[in-house]
Amino acid sequence: MKQLMIGNAAVARGAYEAGVRVVASYPGTPSTEITEVMATFPKEDVYVEWSPNEKVACEVAIGASIGGARAMTCCKHVGLNVMADPLFTASYTGVGGGLVIAVADDPGMHSSQNEQDSRHYAQAAKLPMLEPADSAECLAYTKAAFALSEEYDTPILLRLSTRVSHSQSLIETADRTDVGLKDYEKNIAKYVMMPANAKKRHIDVENRMAALASFAETTDLNVITATEKTVGGKKIGVITDGIADMYAHEALGDNVSYCKLGMVYPLPTEKLRAFAAQCDEVYVIEELDPVIENHCRTIGLSVHGKECFTLLGEYTPAMIASVILGQAPAACASIDAIPNRPPVMCAGCPHRGTFYVLKKLGLTVSGDIGCYTLGAVAPLASVDTTVCMGASVSGALGMAKARGDAFAKKLVSVIGDSTFMHSGITGLIDIVYNQGINTVIILDNSITGMTGHQDNPTTGKTIRGEATKQVDLLALCHAVGIDHVTVADPFDVKAFEAAVKEALALDAPAVVIAQRPCALLKTVKYTGHCTVSDDCRKCGLCMKLGCPAISRTENGAIVIDENQCNGCGLCVGICPFHAIRKVEN
Amino acid sequence: MNTTTNIMIVGVGGQGTLLASRILGNVLVHEGYDVKVSEVHGMSQRGGSVVTYVKYGEKVYSPIIGEGEADIILAFEQLEAYRALPYLKKDGIMIAGTQCIDPMPVITGAAKYPEKLFEKIEKEATLIAADAIGMAKQAGTIKAANVVLIGILARRTSIKKETWLEILKTTVPAKFLDVNLAAFEAGYQYQD
Repeated sequence: MKQLMIGNAAVARGAYEAGVRVVASYPGTPSTEITEVMATFPKEDVYVEWSPNEKVACEVAIGASIGGARAMTCCKHVGLNVMADPLFTASYTGVGGGLVIAVADDPGMHSSQNEQDSRHYAQAAKLPMLEPADSAECLAYTKAAFALSEEYDTPILLRLSTRVSHSQSLIETADRTDVGLKDYEKNIAKYVMMPANAKKRHIDVENRMAALASFAETTDLNVITATEKTVGGKKIGVITDGIADMYAHEALGDNVSYCKLGMVYPLPTEKLRAFAAQCDEVYVIEELDPVIENHCRTIGLSVHGKECFTLLGEYTPAMIASVILGQAPAACASIDAIPNRPPVMCAGCPHRGTFYVLKKLGLTVSGDIGCYTLGAVAPLASVDTTVCMGASVSGALGMAKARGDAFAKKLVSVIGDSTFMHSGITGLIDIVYNQGINTVIILDNSITGMTGHQDNPTTGKTIRGEATKQVDLLALCHAVGIDHVTVADPFDVKAFEAAVKEALALDAPAVVIAQRPCALLKTVKYTGHCTVSDDCRKCGLCMKLGCPAISRTENGAIVIDENQCNGCGLCVGICPFHAIRKVEN
Repeated sequence: MNTTTNIMIVGVGGQGTLLASRILGNVLVHEGYDVKVSEVHGMSQRGGSVVTYVKYGEKVYSPIIGEGEADIILAFEQLEAYRALPYLKKDGIMIAGTQCIDPMPVITGAAKYPEKLFEKIEKEATLIAADAIGMAKQAGTIKAANVVLIGILARRTSIKKETWLEILKTTVPAKFLDVNLAAFEAGYQYQD
């Protein structure tokens, strides 16, 4: 029976049907649901884990593959940077059981800090890469990827994008094939990558990629659909990959010929030459970088590419229809300028108390990746920097070394519990080792928040919700050599402010653990709502919290929307006139 | 050009647009259409504008809807209804809840919540406005406002009422079924 499924769930389904036995990932939008859906399959069939970071996840998957199991790791585009080290060498070792690395790019940066194109990694690491365009292909290509991985003794990349990962389209499921565990054999020449062995393996890698380049000429993953129709008297051909193929089909219908590349590395040569030879004009339609276009030029084809289509963001059918058919966009109403609606911290968010204090103290805030990146948005506008996972800690050490101790005493790092586990701990060790005096605030909200509530090593639960040993943040910070570690509740604003001031005053490194769970967790039960009494002097201090439930009316009065307020009570403690109180519903 | 029917669902993160798109998607699959439903998860949903595209027909390629391409827009909030207006076809229908939620620039005083948005929409399109929250409250809970809007939408499609009810029964948790059926009925009977 056909059913609607997001691309990510279809990848998980494909891996399951292909007999995957081990899946290890770190969450990252837009890839997260692949691993979440994997954990809904029976644990007798597949072991699934959230790893502390993508490098660890990739190594777990590599180990499982060497151990003879079909294995997969999933990440977002920037997660691939973190796992690049093991990945590039796993290219040399090859695989035992099939090994698939699913990576989801985010053109348009719906939820990311950059717009990098993962296809470059396939070329750089010398790994094949498949790219599905809808959910049915997500399922089919994932299964194909496992087979290719074993046939060519190579890890294989599966490239997704936000629109493929998060769009639902129809799929049909099949039963799982139990491929079993391959026998484990000690093979030093293949799996110990010291120079003498790696030199020999590099030859195997080049031979493999040559074989895969031949495969690219004949595989059904690369499909040509030719037409004799013309546009403006010319036979037009388009070369596409991924979601861009869907946009092209919608825009151009059967008026042009298509060469859809389901395998984006290595790319075919003769197939593309033969396709181009049938057309008067050829366009390459690919989001982000000119990867296919550059290949076409290298093999001597004259194509239109990025001079017609942007390097930035997502494409649309209208954009393609405009360039190739010269078609005007559909008529539509124009609207007056209106306020935008940026994302905000939720009502009851524990980070609101933290940033209220940091802003009040006028501190420089070295930020990180998570919901708390929203601490950079007005009215809190507290965060100064955000680069990548973990950079809040190490980056702040660099700032302090550049500008001196006086600056360091007005500087804090903010990093979530999951991000701290991911790569904040190494930065903290650097601070201890190299005698920094930085203050690091760990925003412990008891969950990985931004990606939609995944457990992590500090939550005491596995991906399947089973109880496990919990990393003790306090003991961990002590163990690496931080003598001053305090725990404070960011909603107890006075105590939290005092804890931050105390930490900053020291001539030694310090950690403040800001502990309060995410307001959206099922275990968090705020009740009632807050309301403003006649004692309000309209000073507007509560407005500085940036709470979506608090607003000011045209006559200047402060009102709290009881539908939005969850009764967290942060504003009650902030009001200097005790004009806000909580009422039970 | 490929022909599909295009429905956009717009609102603010947390308003229940996801359930609405799930019900609609399941109804369309049941009817045997090719269907694509596209929404973006992640940062945009932290109280920001949320947009879901639902497309169906004999064959659907692109999962996204461009400006001037939506047959129907189902809006959960007034400002988001107006923001989505350019996506509506010239003869399209806007179904909008009357709820207003201040965005952060309005809360901070950097901007004012625009006035007379529905009047502006009516100049450009057929508008069906409804107090979905009030209707849902009468049905039993304001949380069913999304299902009220689905009820209004259902009446404007060619799909049988029984199909919608059947899908509601399989999509909504059993303990909330009665209130959701009442909310759907209120929407279905609603005349602007």
